[in-house]
Amino acid sequence: MTEARHRRPTVELTDLSKTYGHGDVEVHALAGVDLSIEHGDYVAVMGASGSGKSTLMNIIGCLDVGTTGRYLLDGIDVRRLDQTQLSLVRNRKIGFIFQSFNLVARTSAQRNVELPLAYGGVRAAERAERAAAALARVGLSDRAHHVPAELSGGQQQRVAVARAIVTEPVLLLADEPTGALDSHSTADVLQLFDDLAVGGRTVIVITHEDEVAQHAKRVIRMSDGRIVSDERHAEVQDPPPRWQPTGTSVA
Amino acid sequence: MNVRETGRFAWQGVTANKPRSALTTLGILIGVAAVIILVAVGTGSSRAVQDSISSLGSNTLTVSASANGGGGGFAGGGPGGFAIPGGGGPPGLLGGDTTTSQNATSTRAAEVTMDDAEAIATSDEAAHVLGVAPVVSAQSVTATYEGASHSVSTFTGTTASYLLIDNSEVQYGHTFTDDDYTAHRRVALLGRTVAEDLVGDDVSEAIGKQVSFNGFQFEVVGILAEKGSTGPQDQDDRVIAPATSVRDTLSGYGALDSISVKASSAEDVETAQAEVEAILDARHDVSASDRDYSVSSASSILEAATSSNKTFTVLLGAVAAISLLVGGIGVMNIMLVTVTERTREIGIRKAIGATRSDIVGQFLAEAVLLSLFGGLVGVAAGLVGSQFTIVGVDPVVAPYSVGLAFGVAILIGLFFGLYPANRAASLRPIEALRYE
Repeated sequence: MTEARHRRPTVELTDLSKTYGHGDVEVHALAGVDLSIEHGDYVAVMGASGSGKSTLMNIIGCLDVGTTGRYLLDGIDVRRLDQTQLSLVRNRKIGFIFQSFNLVARTSAQRNVELPLAYGGVRAAERAERAAAALARVGLSDRAHHVPAELSGGQQQRVAVARAIVTEPVLLLADEPTGALDSHSTADVLQLFDDLAVGGRTVIVITHEDEVAQHAKRVIRMSDGRIVSDERHAEVQDPPPRWQPTGTSVA
Repeated sequence: MNVRETGRFAWQGVTANKPRSALTTLGILIGVAAVIILVAVGTGSSRAVQDSISSLGSNTLTVSASANGGGGGFAGGGPGGFAIPGGGGPPGLLGGDTTTSQNATSTRAAEVTMDDAEAIATSDEAAHVLGVAPVVSAQSVTATYEGASHSVSTFTGTTASYLLIDNSEVQYGHTFTDDDYTAHRRVALLGRTVAEDLVGDDVSEAIGKQVSFNGFQFEVVGILAEKGSTGPQDQDDRVIAPATSVRDTLSGYGALDSISVKASSAEDVETAQAEVEAILDARHDVSASDRDYSVSSASSILEAATSSNKTFTVLLGAVAAISLLVGGIGVMNIMLVTVTERTREIGIRKAIGATRSDIVGQFLAEAVLLSLFGGLVGVAAGLVGSQFTIVGVDPVVAPYSVGLAFGVAILIGLFFGLYPANRAASLRPIEALRYE
């Protein structure tokens, strides 16, 4: 929270639109979205299905590109990048957390967390060290050598969080991160997000659950491909509204 | 992404479904082993033929009547002039006339005769000929001695010089002499197989005994040294006797089967062949275009046999190569299934930063790993399989076939892995992540 120096927004969307299909079957998934997300913010994007929030998440996550408009991620104009460069940006700048965890099967938690580092070209020894640290941060050091099938849903999602933060990305992007979890695991994961936000991470959570949105500093609601409301519940440099110090310091 | 990392991912992929990987590997394994074994069989049979031909001696020529010969040009004057030495003047002239008239009408089959053999042996023009031996063969000869009997596969009537030409030696006893030949003495040399069948393991006991061949008594004077068997043919299952006595008894007085000629050295084989041809052309009144006989050397037989064997080996190899190809298609099939099954994993990997080449590398490495493993086990299976005698042939592993089969297996993995790997790499991450 000692973000003294001024830096450009982590995410900056200008009149971004995304159209699928042509002619009669043309669908405007995004119809001109302007959005700026500061470094260190914790944003929840809400909306019914078909509101365009998944398309927005794909574009912010560099998995897709908009039809028109501009997207700057950490100052980089994503539209100018080719497939290989996009892979690199995803690897270095973004940590993904998915609803269905999306861990690589038959691969230990440790190896799963190491994966982004492997694609980033980090040496094996350093990789193991950083992966172990990330697993410790989500409280799963004792499960490092278990494969996904041996972990509960909540544990798998925590491994996914560890995998997302291990590369120290500028942006954590979570798509319905609690959608497949029971209430206890949901609380665990949300606590983890709060802690990460306190630690200065930029977090975007796509969700349709109010409970999840209540943890965010800023809540954006979407409908028909447009942003219909944008509420701030806590300042960027403040802790998230539901944050409770746990005693275990995370960063 | 380094090579080790890619290899580790590929290994995980291959071991994820072991029975399936093992079956896919089996396709390549069978292909590689088949190539090695079948080429080894081809090489082995060609080696056997080469051995049996070169045991004839590399400086041996065989003169035999040829089926497509011009026919009976020599029939008239030749024998007449030779049979009455000295008194050749007037009959020779007369004979010359009859020869011409006979030539015009004769339809006699081409043959080589004892006189041809004599002519080559006595000619001054045959400077590079070391020895000449007429060969008559008696068919379906059964040897009997005190109740033991043996069907002789080769019964040769010839002269004593045949042993020299044939590179044969007498181990016990002695060979028959020119004197035995001219005196029509019924003496015989037994090959080891024949002798063993008649008198048991101590073959020298047969010497001096009277053995009956189709009812004709021959005295055994010697036992031939072992030649061994090359391929399916036992070269020791033979009897050699003077041509004169064989014609008296077993073969009759027809034409010769062939004339064996030994050149003075291996380098002189071609010169000797030309000399023999010149002598016989003159005697048969033919030229190179309408010869009624043919002269073949061991090397020319070897050449023909080698080329037919090469065709055989190539055919065998091609059949095996097809099975290798089928194995490769199996690899491609399984890789396509794998890519479809793991679409979601590919999506995850791409989302967290795998580039196109990372994904191509991973799946290509999987395909190559399958074919590499199949290739290695296939080479082992091929080498083991080549230790056994297959349809009477001792396979000889050709080193090139091992390298070729293994190399082609790897290339097949690369080739057939390329399409599935590219398909995996070109999956769009959002769609791949949405795939159920």
